[in-house]
Amino acid sequence: MKGTIHNEERFLKNISKNLGRPTMTEGISLPVWKNAPQKEILKKKTPHDLVEELEEQCKRVHTAFHLTDSKQVGHLLKQVIEQLGGGPLVIPDDTRFSEYKMNDLLLEEGAFVWDHQAGRKNIEKAERANIGITFSEMTLAESATVVLFSSKDHGRSISFLPSCHVSIIPKSTIIPRMTQAAAAIRSKVAQGEIVPSCINFITGPSNSADIEMDLVVGVHGPIKAVYIVVEDK
Amino acid sequence: MAMKTSSAKFKERVDEGLHNDFMRLAVSSAQERLHGRRLTAVDELGSWEEWRSLGQEIRQHVLANLDFYLHQLAENVSKRGGHVFFAETAEEASGYIKDVIVGKKAKKIVKSKSMVTEEINLNASLEAIGLEVVETDLGEYILQVDDHDPPSHIVAPALHKNKEQIRDVFKEKLAYTQTEKPEELTAHVRGILRKDFLSADVGITGCNFAIAETGSIGLVTNEGNADLVTALPKTQITVMGMERLVPTFDEFEVLVSLLTRSAVGQRLTSYITALTGPRDEGDVDGPEEFHLVIVDNGRSSILGTEFQSVLQCIRCAACINVCPVYRQVGGHSYGSIYPGPIGAVLSPLLGGYDDFKELPYASTLCAACTDACPVKIPLHDLLRKHREVIVEKEKMAPFSEKMAMKAFGLGAASPMLYKFGSKMVPAAMSPFKTGDSISKGPGPLKTWTESREFPAPGKESFRDWFKNREKGGNPS
Repeated sequence: MKGTIHNEERFLKNISKNLGRPTMTEGISLPVWKNAPQKEILKKKTPHDLVEELEEQCKRVHTAFHLTDSKQVGHLLKQVIEQLGGGPLVIPDDTRFSEYKMNDLLLEEGAFVWDHQAGRKNIEKAERANIGITFSEMTLAESATVVLFSSKDHGRSISFLPSCHVSIIPKSTIIPRMTQAAAAIRSKVAQGEIVPSCINFITGPSNSADIEMDLVVGVHGPIKAVYIVVEDK
Repeated sequence: MAMKTSSAKFKERVDEGLHNDFMRLAVSSAQERLHGRRLTAVDELGSWEEWRSLGQEIRQHVLANLDFYLHQLAENVSKRGGHVFFAETAEEASGYIKDVIVGKKAKKIVKSKSMVTEEINLNASLEAIGLEVVETDLGEYILQVDDHDPPSHIVAPALHKNKEQIRDVFKEKLAYTQTEKPEELTAHVRGILRKDFLSADVGITGCNFAIAETGSIGLVTNEGNADLVTALPKTQITVMGMERLVPTFDEFEVLVSLLTRSAVGQRLTSYITALTGPRDEGDVDGPEEFHLVIVDNGRSSILGTEFQSVLQCIRCAACINVCPVYRQVGGHSYGSIYPGPIGAVLSPLLGGYDDFKELPYASTLCAACTDACPVKIPLHDLLRKHREVIVEKEKMAPFSEKMAMKAFGLGAASPMLYKFGSKMVPAAMSPFKTGDSISKGPGPLKTWTESREFPAPGKESFRDWFKNREKGGNPS
């Protein structure tokens, strides 16, 4: 259902009057910007180089980095869960968990799978969870950032309420930087897709330097972050 | 808190700042750390000048076509089921927000950091009708708990407090029993605010950049508070200054890169979130209802004037972090929620010359702010233009004399600040000099020099002085 818009005409008229011309609500196209330095960053890097860049950047954003393949990822995940102090776990309803053969492990750990029909219970589960596990849709090597799209099967709370966030990164999702992610989102929009109600660019655990500029890791979001890159995916 | 944060006179505020030793130490150390981080982030990026030119070009294009992009934004927000309210004044904005909240029978509101909500005095108007408003940014929360102490920096609002002071405030107000370690203070707040996030009825956010093409709201934080503010309550209200938007995700990412590097020296902050409309059908979290309030509050009258470029600002505070005057006097001296060079330009435009006419003189015109600005706002030129307007409006001439006197007003507040003061002072003072001291000072110096001699300003320029000082020279 369309939302309402109040006072637009008067407001815009005030703007155009000050700009010294009539109000324009159509006919403006984006210029070609004179500079495009963002497109040069990590431009000629191979996928292997980008993994290295990602690993290096993880050190700067307080994030543990692991590299594995789809055969070993379940085993590695089990170790990571143990190191983080075990469950409870919360995960999105995502077919890749079975594709990566993690179902047994997650069942054994009693992971709560996001269930849009269960309503508020999802949030309660996420709030009590020690670890939320996600799949990165796009991964920015430059900044060590995972990108998540919300949906009915993937609640926003999964990556915010638990104490730890583990993100599984298929190597094919790694791109140089936010520039390529923005382009990918725009091309979806151009094809008529609607953007999800929440797109998260998440870089490591939450932190703050509001007290004497001293960095404290772990504020409102997760206190710990772990990335697992899956090389053959 | 409205624009104006203090009823004390400018000189009194400055004097208080200069005598607050802890604050001055905190500010200078914060400035150095933020400045250092920014330089590293900028250096490793390379081609910084191209980045700045791109940022400037994007911002100028948006301002020149602001009506078009605001219309596009409003249409796209509405298509996704969000409600848009265009507010010309602070009162209109607060009034609409109050109506929405009252209509929801809401009691508790959680907020993520937003300068524009400070500007429209939102918290006070909500509290006046009995609502509980909780600031969730750690710095803002500390200030709120400390009886609404005003912010002193636009990115790190509690920068003027030390951890011992914060511990004492927490002990008094929050039954805190642990030490002054930032980790323990922060963990305590995490525990308290987690309950507030889960029980709040309404979440209010600011907006770093809205994206016109998709009707999205971009939020940039490190703490993750904005995400909880928007994921958990049933109603989300986002308040944005009308100029804070970009055409598409492409420009969004460029400005976010400029913002995070310039503000805190990070490649990206921990959380950058693009929210579009209320929750999608079937979603369990995210708001059921979304309102976007677009605020003018004096901005449109800056358009088409020689001050238009100030609206390019992306609120990174890089100018504040390099400003030698801010370093000495601290954020509260400006008496505005917008301190530092950007505040000295913006506050008189949004709040009027009556309250903020001194601020354009709280500058050495050294241009460090202009050099630091990631979107190339000529801040020191705008400060000079303000002085011209003030002089012309007040019919005070000659201009240079008036300006020197004003610089004095600030400089005379302390020998240290005086010595550090404006490049213009040496020339203006030469008629009163005898050797290295001044015995018959004019204007504001008169009372001082009646009882003692005033150290004469050296010929050394500020930049030289600062350079020597950084090498270990004596600051006073």
